[in-house]
Amino acid sequence: MLQGVLAFVQTWWVELLCAVLIVLVVPLIAGYIVLVERKVMADMQARLGPMRVGPHGLLQPIADAVKLLIKEDLIPDDADKFIFWFAPVLSMTAALTSMGGIAFGPWFQVGRDINIGLLFVVGVSALGPFGIVLGGWASNNHYSIIGAIRSTAQLISYETTAGFALVSGFLLAGTLKVSDIVKAQYTDHVWYVFLAPVGFFTYLIASIAETNRAPFDLPEAESELVAGYMTEYSGFRWSLYFLAEYANMIVVGAVGATLFLGGWLRPFPNVAWLGWVDGLPTLLLAVTGVYCVMRAGKQPVHVQVMFMWAVALVCFLVALIFGVVEFAHLTSSAAFLSQHPVQLLRSMYDGLYGAFWFLLKVSAYIYIFMWLRFTLPRFRFDQLMRLGWHILIPLALVNVIAVGIMLALMSSLGWNRWLAALLTTLGTLVVGMLLIRWNDKHAAAASGSIATDNTQVEDSYAG
Amino acid sequence: MLDSIVFYFFAGVAVLSALLMVTRRNAIHSAVFLITTLLSTAGIFLQLHAEFLFIAQIILYVGGIMVLFIFVIMLVRLDVPLPQIRSPLRQWTAIFVAFVVFGEGVYIVWKSRLVPGHGLLVLNPYPSDKLPPNTENLAKSLFSFYLLPFEIASVLLLVAMIGAVVMGKKRANTP
Amino acid sequence: MSVLANTVHDRTLQRPDTILGADELVINMGPQHPSTHGVLRVKLKLDGERVIGSECVIGYLHRGVEKIAENRSYQQFAPYVDRMDYVSAVSNGLGYCEAVEKLLMVEAPLRARVIRTILTELQRIASHLLWLGTHALDIGALTPLFYCMREREEILKIFEKYCGARLTTHAFRIGGLQYEAYDTLEKDVERFCNSFEARIQEYSDLLTSNSIWIGRTRNVGLLDAADCIALGASGPVLRASGVKWDLRKATPYAAYDQYKFEIPVGSNGDTYDRYMVRLEEMRQSRLICLQAIENIPVGPIMARVGKVLKPPPGEVYHAIEAPKGILGYYIVSDGGTQPYRVRIRPPSFINLQALDKMIRGHLVTDVVAIIGTLDIVLGEVDR
Repeated sequence: MLQGVLAFVQTWWVELLCAVLIVLVVPLIAGYIVLVERKVMADMQARLGPMRVGPHGLLQPIADAVKLLIKEDLIPDDADKFIFWFAPVLSMTAALTSMGGIAFGPWFQVGRDINIGLLFVVGVSALGPFGIVLGGWASNNHYSIIGAIRSTAQLISYETTAGFALVSGFLLAGTLKVSDIVKAQYTDHVWYVFLAPVGFFTYLIASIAETNRAPFDLPEAESELVAGYMTEYSGFRWSLYFLAEYANMIVVGAVGATLFLGGWLRPFPNVAWLGWVDGLPTLLLAVTGVYCVMRAGKQPVHVQVMFMWAVALVCFLVALIFGVVEFAHLTSSAAFLSQHPVQLLRSMYDGLYGAFWFLLKVSAYIYIFMWLRFTLPRFRFDQLMRLGWHILIPLALVNVIAVGIMLALMSSLGWNRWLAALLTTLGTLVVGMLLIRWNDKHAAAASGSIATDNTQVEDSYAG
Repeated sequence: MLDSIVFYFFAGVAVLSALLMVTRRNAIHSAVFLITTLLSTAGIFLQLHAEFLFIAQIILYVGGIMVLFIFVIMLVRLDVPLPQIRSPLRQWTAIFVAFVVFGEGVYIVWKSRLVPGHGLLVLNPYPSDKLPPNTENLAKSLFSFYLLPFEIASVLLLVAMIGAVVMGKKRANTP
Repeated sequence: MSVLANTVHDRTLQRPDTILGADELVINMGPQHPSTHGVLRVKLKLDGERVIGSECVIGYLHRGVEKIAENRSYQQFAPYVDRMDYVSAVSNGLGYCEAVEKLLMVEAPLRARVIRTILTELQRIASHLLWLGTHALDIGALTPLFYCMREREEILKIFEKYCGARLTTHAFRIGGLQYEAYDTLEKDVERFCNSFEARIQEYSDLLTSNSIWIGRTRNVGLLDAADCIALGASGPVLRASGVKWDLRKATPYAAYDQYKFEIPVGSNGDTYDRYMVRLEEMRQSRLICLQAIENIPVGPIMARVGKVLKPPPGEVYHAIEAPKGILGYYIVSDGGTQPYRVRIRPPSFINLQALDKMIRGHLVTDVVAIIGTLDIVLGEVDR
C-alpha cells in the first residue's frame, strides 16, 4: 500500500506540486491582482490608491485577508443553510479545477497530456454559474435572486460566443491539447491572434462577460442591486466568491494567452537574431531586486523591511536561474553545461522561463480587463443580451466559417497565409458592421416602444 | 490499485448522491445532488479514458440541462400542488412496471456474470488505456460515416429551439 | 399591512394584466440604497423587469425647517436654508437673502450683487459636477466621479477661503455680504475657469459619444414639454424638453442682467439631453464668472439695514434659478422680528413628481438612471 503511494508520488510529483501550488498560491495571487486593480484604478482616477499598509500598499491584500477571515459568519434567518454553504464552495471549486487544465509553462500543468486540453478548462468553468444562481437563491432575498438569475443568463449566453471564438483558434491549431497548441504556434512561426484577430477580440469581449466584469457587471452593480447575488455573503464566504471571480479572470486570460497569444513562447520565438529578448526577463528581475534592496532600508516598519527583502530575494533567485542558464547557452561550452548544478538550474529554468512570458501575457490580458472597467459605463441588461445574441454569436459563427475558408484557401489552393487571413478577416469585419447596423435599427425600434403605453389616467394638473 | 480507489470513490459518490436526491424534500437540494451524481458519472467516464464524453457530460448535462432544471425550480411556484389523480389502477401499473424493469436488470446482470464475454452483455475486450484518442475518433466517424444522422439531429434541435422561442414569445397584443 | 405589500407574490392584487399571466412583483428601493441619492424610498410595481407603477415615499429627512422659521429671526434663519439643498448651499442663501431684501424693500449694492453672482455661478458648476460624477457612477462609469471631485475641490477651496466653510457656507447676509472678497479671489476664479474648459472636454470625451452611454441614456426617461409644464418641472429638466425658460434671463436677479450667456435647450427630453444641457450650463457659468471677475465694481458690500430686522407686514415671493431648478421663497411678514410663514418651493420636490411618469415602461435598471437625471437632493425634497 505504501509502495503504491510512493510510486504514485514519484511518477506524478510535478502534477501534484502544481496542484498544491494552485490551491495555495492562487488565492494569494488573486489578492494581489485586487491590489493591482486598485492601484490601476487609482492611477486612472488621478489618485494614489492603497498606500498605508505596507510599502505603497503592498501588504494590503494580507490585511484584507486577515480581516475577512476574522469576520462574523452571518447566515440570514430564512436562508437555506446547506445551499448557502455549498454555493461559494462550488464556485471556488469550479474555478480552481479549471485551472488544472491550463499550462503555465511547458512543465506547469496539472492535467498534462489530457486529450481535451482547453475544452476541459472551458467545460469545467461552465460550472461557475451554478455557484452564482444557487448563492442568489439561498440568500432568500429579492435582490439576490434577481442578480443571480441575471448573472447566470449572462454567463450562459456568452459561453456560446466564447466557445465559437475558441473554435476558430482550435481550427488553426488543429488540436485541443494545450502543449500541442503552443507547439503549433511555434512551428507555424506566428501567434494565432494575427491569423484570427476577430476570434481573439470576440473571445476578449466574451470573456469579459463571462467573468462578470465591467462593462458587463450589471449583476454586481452596486448602484442597483447592492451586490446582487453576493449581497448576503460576508467574511470568508464572500471571499470565496471574490477569489472565484479573480481566479476565473486568470483562467480566461490563460486560455486566451495559450490559444491566441503564443502561450509560453517569447515574442518571435523562431527569429534567431532576436535571441537577446531572452535576456530581458533576467534584466527586469535583477533591476526589480536591486530596487527593492534600495528601498528596503527606507521602510518605516520592520515587517515592511522584511517584506522588501523577501521580494528582492525571490527576484534575485529567479534572475540567477535565468542568468546562469542563458550565460551557459551563450558560451555554449559543453563542459560548463554538463556540470551538475548547471543541469539542476537548467531544469528549473525550463520550468520557469516559459512561465514568465505566460504570466506576462496573462497580466496584459487582465490589464485590458481593468482598463475597460474604469473607462466604460455599464450595459443595461437587455442591451447586454442583445449584444451577445444578436451581434457576437453571429459574428463568432461567421468567424469560424471564415477561418475554415482561410485554411481551405491555404491548404488546397496554396494561398499565402497572410493574404488569406487578411481577406477572411476583412470579410468577417464587413459582416460585423452589417450586424451592428441592423441591430441599431432594431434596437431603436425596440426602445422606442417602451414609453408609449402611458395608459393611466392621471391628473397632472393637480397640485 | 489506484484505479480501484478512484472508481470506488466516484461510484460511491454517485450512488450516495442519487439516494440523497430522491429522498430530499427540498427541490433545490435534489437538484444539487443530481449535479453531484452527474459529476461523479463524468468522473467514471474520465477514468475509462472517454475524455470527450466526460467533458460533454459536464458541459451539456451539468452546465446546460441542470441550469435549466434549477431555473425552472426557482421560477415556478412549487408549493401549488398539482392535481393528482390517485387511482388504484395507476398505482398498481406503476408498481408492476417497476418490478418488471428491476427483474430485467437483475436477469441481464446475472446472465452476463455467468459467462464473461458471452451472455446478454458482450463486454468490449479492448483495454481502455489503449483506445485511440476519443475526440478525434468521434469527430471522424460523426463527420464521415454518421453525417446524415448528425445533420438530422441538428435540424431537430433547431426546430425544437425555434418552437421554444415561439412558445415563449410575449403575447404582446393580446389583452 | 400596507396595500403595496413587500412580498414576492402580492396576492392582494386581482388577476393582473401582465405578460405570461405572471404575478406582479413589488420591490422596494431605499430608503437606504447606494443610488437613491439620499433617503428616498421608491416602491416599484414590476412586471418581470418592467416598471408598471411606482410610488415615492419621502419625508425621511424632514426636519421641520419651515416651522422652525416661524421661531427664528430673519438673520437667524439664514443658516438653515443652507441645509436644504446641501449640495449647493450658496444658491439657497442667495434666494433667501434676496427674498428678505425684497420684503424690506432694500437692494444690495452692486459690488455685493456681482460677488454674489460669481459665487452662485461657481456653486452651480460645483453642483453640476457632483451631479455628473454621481450620475455617471450610477450608470457604471467609475472614473468621471473622481475627475469631477477634483474640480469641485478647487471651487470648495475658494468658498473656504471666502467664508470659512465648504459645504454649508452661509456666504451671504441680508442686505449684502459680510465678508469682503479676499485678496486673490479674482485670481483664483480666473485660474479655475482657465483650467476648467479642458476639464469639461475631458468629461465630454469620456461620455458624450460613448455608445454605451448613449445606449443607456437616449430615450430613457422621456418627458415632453407639455408634461413638464403640467407637472411644474423646472431647471435643466424643463430646458432639456425644449422649453427655454431660465429665471436668470426671464426675471433677472443679482447681477445677471449685465452678463451675456446662453441658455442651453434640449430637444428630446430624455436623459441624454439633460446631460448635455447641464454640461453646457457648466460652460455658460464659466463664461459668466469670467465676465464678472473682469469688472467687479468698487463700493460698499452691505446696504443700510438695521441690526434688528422688522420688515413691514406683507408677503413676498422671490424665485431664483438654482442649479436644480426654480427655487422659490414665499415669506409672509406680520411686522415682527420673526417671519409669520416661510414657504419654500423646492425644485427637487416638484421635479420628483415627474418620476412616476418618467419610469413607466422602463426597466428597473433605468430607474436609477432616471432618479439620477432628475438631480434631486433629499434635503430639499423633505426640508
